[in-house]
Amino acid sequence: MDMDAPVGANALDAEKVVGKSLDRVDGRLKVTGGARYAYEMQQDALYGFVVEASIAKGEIASIETLAAERAPGVKLVLTYRNSPKQGTGNHREAHPVLTGPVVSRYGEPVAFVVAETFEQARAAAFLVNVRYDRDGGHYALPQHLDQARVPHQTDGAPADSEVGNFSDAYAGAPVQIDVSYSTPLQSHAMMEPHATLAMWDDDKLILHTANQMLNQGQQAIARTLNIPIGNVRLVSPFIGGGFGGKLWVNADAILAAIASRYLKRPVKVALTRQQIFHVTTHRSDTIQRIRLGTDRDGRIVAIGHDVFSGNFPSEQVYEAAALQTRSLYAGPNRLTRHRLVPLDIPVASSMRAPGEAVGLLALECAMDELAERLKLDPIELRIRNEPAEDPEKHIPYSSRNLVACMQEGARRFGWDKRNSIPGQVRDGHWLVGTGMSAGTRGNPLRYSRANVRLDPDGLATVKMAMTDIGTGTYTILAQIAAEMLGLPIERVRVDLGDTIFPEAAGSGGSFGAASSGSALFDACQALREKLAVRAGMDPNTARFGDGHIATAERSVSLTELVGSGIEAEGEISPGRNNQDFSQQSYGAHFAEVGVDRDTGEVRLRRMLGVFAAGRVLNAKTARSQAIGGMVFGVGAALHEDLVLDPRFGYFVNHDLAEYHVPVHADIPPGVEAIFLPELDERSNPLKSKGIGELGICGAGAAIANAIYNACGARIRSYPITLDKILTHLPTQA
Amino acid sequence: MKAFSYGRAQSVTDAAIAANKPGVKFIAGGTNLLDLMKLQVETPSTLVDINRLPLGKIEETSEGGLRIGALVRNTDLAADPRVRQHYGVLSRALLAGASAQLRNKATTAGNLLQRTRCYYFYDVTKPCNKRVPGSGCSALAGFNRIHAILGGSEACIATHPSDMAVAMRALDAKVETIDHEGRARTIPIADFHRLPGRTPQIESALGTGEIVTAVTLPPPPPGTQVYRKVRDRASYAFALVSVAAIVDSVRGRIRSARLAFGGLAPKPWRVTAAEQSLANAVAGVNSFDAAADAVLQGAHGVGSNDFKIPLTRRTLHAVLGEITRI
Ligand SMILES: Cc1cc2nc3c(=O)[nH]c(=O)nc-3n(C[C@H](O)[C@H](O)[C@H](O)COP(=O)(O)OP(=O)(O)OC[C@H]3O[C@@H](n4cnc5c(N)ncnc54)[C@H](O)[C@@H]3O)c2cc1C
Ligand code: SF4
Repeated sequence: MDMDAPVGANALDAEKVVGKSLDRVDGRLKVTGGARYAYEMQQDALYGFVVEASIAKGEIASIETLAAERAPGVKLVLTYRNSPKQGTGNHREAHPVLTGPVVSRYGEPVAFVVAETFEQARAAAFLVNVRYDRDGGHYALPQHLDQARVPHQTDGAPADSEVGNFSDAYAGAPVQIDVSYSTPLQSHAMMEPHATLAMWDDDKLILHTANQMLNQGQQAIARTLNIPIGNVRLVSPFIGGGFGGKLWVNADAILAAIASRYLKRPVKVALTRQQIFHVTTHRSDTIQRIRLGTDRDGRIVAIGHDVFSGNFPSEQVYEAAALQTRSLYAGPNRLTRHRLVPLDIPVASSMRAPGEAVGLLALECAMDELAERLKLDPIELRIRNEPAEDPEKHIPYSSRNLVACMQEGARRFGWDKRNSIPGQVRDGHWLVGTGMSAGTRGNPLRYSRANVRLDPDGLATVKMAMTDIGTGTYTILAQIAAEMLGLPIERVRVDLGDTIFPEAAGSGGSFGAASSGSALFDACQALREKLAVRAGMDPNTARFGDGHIATAERSVSLTELVGSGIEAEGEISPGRNNQDFSQQSYGAHFAEVGVDRDTGEVRLRRMLGVFAAGRVLNAKTARSQAIGGMVFGVGAALHEDLVLDPRFGYFVNHDLAEYHVPVHADIPPGVEAIFLPELDERSNPLKSKGIGELGICGAGAAIANAIYNACGARIRSYPITLDKILTHLPTQA
Repeated sequence: MKAFSYGRAQSVTDAAIAANKPGVKFIAGGTNLLDLMKLQVETPSTLVDINRLPLGKIEETSEGGLRIGALVRNTDLAADPRVRQHYGVLSRALLAGASAQLRNKATTAGNLLQRTRCYYFYDVTKPCNKRVPGSGCSALAGFNRIHAILGGSEACIATHPSDMAVAMRALDAKVETIDHEGRARTIPIADFHRLPGRTPQIESALGTGEIVTAVTLPPPPPGTQVYRKVRDRASYAFALVSVAAIVDSVRGRIRSARLAFGGLAPKPWRVTAAEQSLANAVAGVNSFDAAADAVLQGAHGVGSNDFKIPLTRRTLHAVLGEITRI
């Protein structure tokens, strides 16, 4: 089905299974080790180990592999000299490796050592002796802003947008805020490292690999290896997190595939934790300027957001940090611009909520600065700028309950008790402050297909090339099928993570649940019709429940109808609703922090996120996603900082001891997320909206605003570490 | 990791004899050594496993102190009732370090001898005088947020990362060793760790093959004991600055004070002049400032670690204020 019209009442509205707070159907497998990840498959495979370039730019002058080749257990050392020619493209389209002597970014693989054991491969990797002729390069974003250019990203939103006359309106505005914020380089730091097991069956390739979007990955692998797409099969039933770091094919998959073909044996490889930082993608740092011009009542007359980010010279992907500024607040004169600086560092790509995650860190703090200037409550300021329609596209919102989120959050959080003057509240040596932020994230829908089958034993089986990267996809799909077919959830089996199943969108960009769930809804709808026909009932009035199909007169057990098994296909395509309606999910964040009055250490004390994101498909997994996102926001505000050393063009703190993400002790028990009831008739047949990234959007800004309220330090460069706060603290008595 | 041979030591002298040649390393908990071996920062040819040696006890000494075996795990040391009651600063320092899992493995000697967390030291492709003498120091003109403001040299500005050792320094601990000829000696903790000077690769007073058998603590000094660790997140991060303080004071008058610092220098840092300035002083901004001046005498930052100077001052103020106001 195409999303061209409002959905209307449908079989999910009963919410007998959907929406419930159910445990993950794969939970038991995960906690007992029964869920097997790519690297855990096939115990007799050979092991590969990547040798990374230790320079950022230049050329390999010589590469000696003899010692490695002669080392115990070694079967193969791949370098550019013995690697096949591969297809090319941007990082989403292809991932050629070992293409020649030229090194164009730090950590780029220069050799791949394959041995009988992991330890042998790793030891031999150190014996590969590479000498380089080093070139100079551009590495640090702030140093090369003069090189910025307009990116030509073909998919996605345009780099610039303009409505009305921003500069005149801003110049004439009685109240003006003009502030610059910076956000650092970040790494996804998911739990499972990138890993692949490759094996060939004649000319057919099977890859067990940690990948978020299998069908896209299949294409990229076929293109890179110059083989027909039908000869590539990706298997990925379990993935230990991705956050965007596994959206695209990485070096592990291609290296393992090439080596396995060469050796005619299965080859597996997992990147080490240290390697992940350079060999895979990261989120670019950003430099953002926000200008807000309002009348004396705080109504925005001009809103401007300029963003610089960096990427590898041949890439067009930019950090779309001004995206939300196009639709979040009202105002007749608007200007957003993204500029991309070519840098000779690893490829920057999507990380959880690309764009909004860091854009809101700037915009929502600028709004806080504006509220203070106007002596307005931050929530009131946002309410005054609540738009009636999308202010740039001039189309209605599919649904928008931002104000309700803020008001409900304020009530639950006790916002009315807040002292808006910084530095007034103390608790022992803690300066205590609260802050809030609005949050929003686009709600995309992507093409997906699904197959559902009902067998004589009463078991329904769902098959899709969808992935579950730890978010709970297995569970919500089982719930949807159970609800639609009137079966208990235990009678539904969900098979995901294999490209032999019908094509699916995969997990990314908050489109996973909506896209895969809608395709499954469509398939179940088709199956219901088939069953109704067999039962001699009207598909539109027949009810499904307790394993039966029934009308007012008659009830038939489904198992009597299925014969030797009955199946149906379904699909979903984004239709006109995506152009005719502005589609976003919304949220409001409230944070309370303590700032140590002596040392500037910041500790979160409590946090509340209130979200409106359409139908919640599973209250438990939704809450987990939201809280996980908020924790990401804590990291963005306080901890995460991938430090670039411009002398070497590399990330200095490339391990988890020094690249800090929040640990348990940073997240107090009082972190809570709730969802307001909402159904979106335009988004998809589930009436849901994406929630995988919403939790992070605005979360960090609420913390930054709370820090300001606690101690009066307005830190505009993230992360807000104690060294930046120190100089703002009161002198010690 | 390079291939190595492995042997399990049957006695302390056996261990010392086995280790009396270059390229041999003792392995205790392995939580630091194995990480470094995987990266080939350490490439021992032989590992002598000392885990079965009888060095796992905490005993009372005849002087009224404690003798802590080299193999006592950090978790057990922190939980020992005698340590908790009389050497609270040590218990708190241990619990402020690493994670529960690491502390279950980590040993007393291993903790003392753990190596720096300098990012460049951990990456064998980068110049580092500590790893490859004479290759240069990448941190001096690089990213040095966690580096030393005191005690460093032109060759190396790495800090010693241990929390435990800072508390031990304040407690005037002594390190007991045995060498390959069975000779025992006792090294005051102040002399145990070496400043880098021109030889940053030499980090302790231990000779080749010399094994740490125990750490002794003298009887507990009078006063209140505090360990304050300032770090980037609430747990599982090394100290930016830490202070082990033992201060004896009555109604705002300080009788004696001992202050040891972590995160500032290549070894746990103690400044006699600072402690003397506090003896018999009235607690307050002036005396705290004077102490901080003495501690920070000669301190200098090299960029990203500049903030440690004001941070040390403020942390010391907070700690002294907290103790003397009680
Ligand atoms: C992620 C992470 C975070 C950490 N955070 C902290 C922290 O916040 N604070 C902190 O203080 N520490 C921290 N640590 C470090 C931890 O405390 C040390 O790794 C641990 O104490 C080392 O003890 P071990 O027994 O495992 O030593 P090993 O790794 O076994 O040995 C370390 C060194 O000591 C030598 N050695 C061991 N025993 C003897 C002996 N008896 N005689 C002579 N030489 C010996 C070994 O040869 C080796 O060179 C952290 C470690 C990690 C990995
Ligand atoms: S500070 Fe010391 S350990 Fe770090 S790079 Fe310099 S010499 Fe090496």
